[in-house]
Amino acid sequence: MTDMPPSGLLKSQRFRQAREDDWRRLERLMDKAEKGSASKLTDAEILAVPVLYRSTLSALSVARETSLDQGLIDYLETLSARAYFFVYGSRATIQDRMVAFFRTDWPASVRGLWRETLISAALMLLGALVAGWLVMHEPEWFYAFVPADLSGGRDPAASTETLRATLDGADGAQGLSAFAAYLFTHNAQVALLAFALGFALCLPTGLLILYNGATLGAFFALFASRGLGFELGGWLLIHGVTELFAVILAGAAGLRIGWAVAFPGQKRRLDAAVEAGRTAGIAMGGVVVMLMFAGLLEGFGRQLIVDTGLRYAVAAATALIWGLYFYAPRPAVAESIHVR
Amino acid sequence: MSADMTTAKTERAFVTPEGVDLRLNIGDAGQRAGAFLLDAAIIIGVLIVFTIASAFAFASGAAVAGVTGAEMVAVIWLIVFFLLRNFYFTAFELSAAAATPGKRIMGLRVASRDGGRLKAEAVFARNAMRELEVFLPLSILVARSQEGGVDGWMYLLAFVWAAIFVFFPLFNKDRLRIGDLIGGTWVVRTPRRKLIRDMAEDGATRMAAYAFTPAQLDAYGAKELHVLETLLRQGDRKTFRDVADRIAKKIGWTRGPYDTDRDFLSAYYAALRGRLEQKLLMGVRRRDKHDV
Repeated sequence: MTDMPPSGLLKSQRFRQAREDDWRRLERLMDKAEKGSASKLTDAEILAVPVLYRSTLSALSVARETSLDQGLIDYLETLSARAYFFVYGSRATIQDRMVAFFRTDWPASVRGLWRETLISAALMLLGALVAGWLVMHEPEWFYAFVPADLSGGRDPAASTETLRATLDGADGAQGLSAFAAYLFTHNAQVALLAFALGFALCLPTGLLILYNGATLGAFFALFASRGLGFELGGWLLIHGVTELFAVILAGAAGLRIGWAVAFPGQKRRLDAAVEAGRTAGIAMGGVVVMLMFAGLLEGFGRQLIVDTGLRYAVAAATALIWGLYFYAPRPAVAESIHVR
Repeated sequence: MSADMTTAKTERAFVTPEGVDLRLNIGDAGQRAGAFLLDAAIIIGVLIVFTIASAFAFASGAAVAGVTGAEMVAVIWLIVFFLLRNFYFTAFELSAAAATPGKRIMGLRVASRDGGRLKAEAVFARNAMRELEVFLPLSILVARSQEGGVDGWMYLLAFVWAAIFVFFPLFNKDRLRIGDLIGGTWVVRTPRRKLIRDMAEDGATRMAAYAFTPAQLDAYGAKELHVLETLLRQGDRKTFRDVADRIAKKIGWTRGPYDTDRDFLSAYYAALRGRLEQKLLMGVRRRDKHDV
């Protein structure tokens, strides 16, 4: 009985009693934080969490070494894990993230994908040329490249007048904004699919981009055969510069992942996949932004700007803006990437 | 014991920057599938409700504002469908809980595999891959039902190809989806536990009445102690009797006529724990009764 303190308590019991209040306080804070956002905590509470987290973590280390109270150790493990995710969770505000994304991360990742971007663009061009050539020679090919729901009545059976009418503004053309929304969601879906298919060793992404180019080429050949090629160019490119660029970038991101999985080089396959996924993930976040821009240009810009020359001007302006934003050299930003 | 086995199978080392291993458990295939089905049910439920609401709005819009009103409804429906399909998971996993409602209900969350912060691009990449894991296989299934004329062999090939992506998590021990693989993430369990009563509390006060000798306390190790702890928590009388008899026999303890089984067991638990913890302080961990 000599090693027993007068209270009759074990050392591990006294250890637990001395710290229990801190643990319960941390638990209450975690309950509060997990229920809503972190903004529910007051400043004092936010400051208290890391301190309580570290003391709980050290209590866990001590308990593992000195206590055989299994209930206590299990409790401390789960509490520490919850607090860990809070303390090391994403504490950056949404603004900080946005600024970092638009200032450095997005352009840098797009520039990092330049090789894949060239391949992806070349594939789309190839698809367009082949399909265009085929439709020029035999209009029946059109139906092979363009699904009926996408053409919306623009096919070789339509008269030249009908085709010309589809290129005009919204006046009189009913159901056009619904069609535009459909096209936007369709193209965004194609972009996401092109990205995801990349994992299957690049090939399906390549085929999808090729096919997407073919649809475009078939359309162009159809309108060009009726002498409407120039007008169609304006109609397509006003939003198409942004949209096609986005699809090409999505394809490039997919190709990067597929290539990393197929040929990891010196790295472990898993590490190579994660690294490629990081670059590609940022680029894809940007692709969604581009597609939204394209959707706006398609929905509003094209309806408001009816003049073909102006449409070409807008197309050229968007091409210039994206080109400068992604590829223009910027020493200051390049430095800050190094620091990170 | 079966609980211990499963814990060991899903337990992974997860070292915090402070150098403490949190021993997280990854979500098993059943929990992952359950969470996904819950989320899918939520998405489909919201879509159905939204579609019915849109249909009413479409009808009334067509009646009041003509075609433009109806068209607006159609546009909004398309956009909402698109956002729900593609950004439901991303939006929820970017929040502080890093989990969709389905994952929350199953007690899961997404975490970065390297122990660092969960980045937005990781969440984005892991969910963009659902296109490959969910929607592509679904569209292959639908394609079959729509056009029966598809060449059987081609269909089989496509089906097997898609199935590889769907069942990918079953073929690796960390239950990584392709999205997890690309995003550098995994899905871990975040159970909530209350601080349960210390079972030594009753025993410590009674220890004075039971003077166990060191030899009697050396009969068991930590493993037996934990079994005894669980037993005391469960509080089943019949088991108390069996175990008390067995322990008394093993340590050669003659029990007085007024000792209840519970008193004896809790006193022995407290004394055994005191003895083992004392040794622990000296750096000796006795795992079980065979560990000398």
